[in-house]
Amino acid sequence: MIRVQREDFDVGTELERLAAGNSRIGGVASFIGLVRDMSGDDRVSALTLEHYPGMTEKKLAEIETEAHRRWPLDAVLIIHRYGRLVPGDRIVLVAAASPHREAALAACQFLIDWLKTDAPFWKSEETPAGERWVGSRAEDEAAKQRWTTDPK
Amino acid sequence: MKLIYLAWLRARIGCAEEEIDLPPGVKDVAGLLDWLRSRGSGYAEAVRDLSVVRVAVNQNYVGLEHPVREGDEIAVFPPVTGG
Repeated sequence: MIRVQREDFDVGTELERLAAGNSRIGGVASFIGLVRDMSGDDRVSALTLEHYPGMTEKKLAEIETEAHRRWPLDAVLIIHRYGRLVPGDRIVLVAAASPHREAALAACQFLIDWLKTDAPFWKSEETPAGERWVGSRAEDEAAKQRWTTDPK
Repeated sequence: MKLIYLAWLRARIGCAEEEIDLPPGVKDVAGLLDWLRSRGSGYAEAVRDLSVVRVAVNQNYVGLEHPVREGDEIAVFPPVTGG
């Protein structure tokens, strides 16, 4: 399931709902991305996330489909927020549910790694030096590359 | 065709989207970016460095050689930074 929203979400509620009614599921792995208060040496007072409505949902659905293709998953959840957020706020939740932990844990890492490089979101941060757009990180592309070897 | 500008490209160009007719002689993404550069200093500045410009045609990431056609939705934006 994919959701792109301005509002916050409740992690406990979301994870419970993901596994509810399916007792085949033996494990749920999750990752929560939060707004940090530092960027390099600069203090960050707020972060504004912008996205490309339409393409965002399409790319997230593709990532979800790819995770299902690679691992035996019973459920996948991606929630990504947009708008102005402050340090400590939740940005993203990804979760994968499977009968066994290996698939759930691997799929969870895959989901966030692919999301970072494929989902059309952009961040601008408010710092004492003014507002600036966040640049992409080579580390994120490297993290995605580890998944180019298909386990199947 | 519809052109969409996102993140700092929107700020430099000074508009979020516009409807245009396919410019004469433009056949692919590279041609469209050349045409954009000719439209003024904001555009030229925004698409000057192609190492920080990405393009989607009809919501798919594409390369410079990808064809563009009347009716396409074409988005121009910097490398993504979500998550």
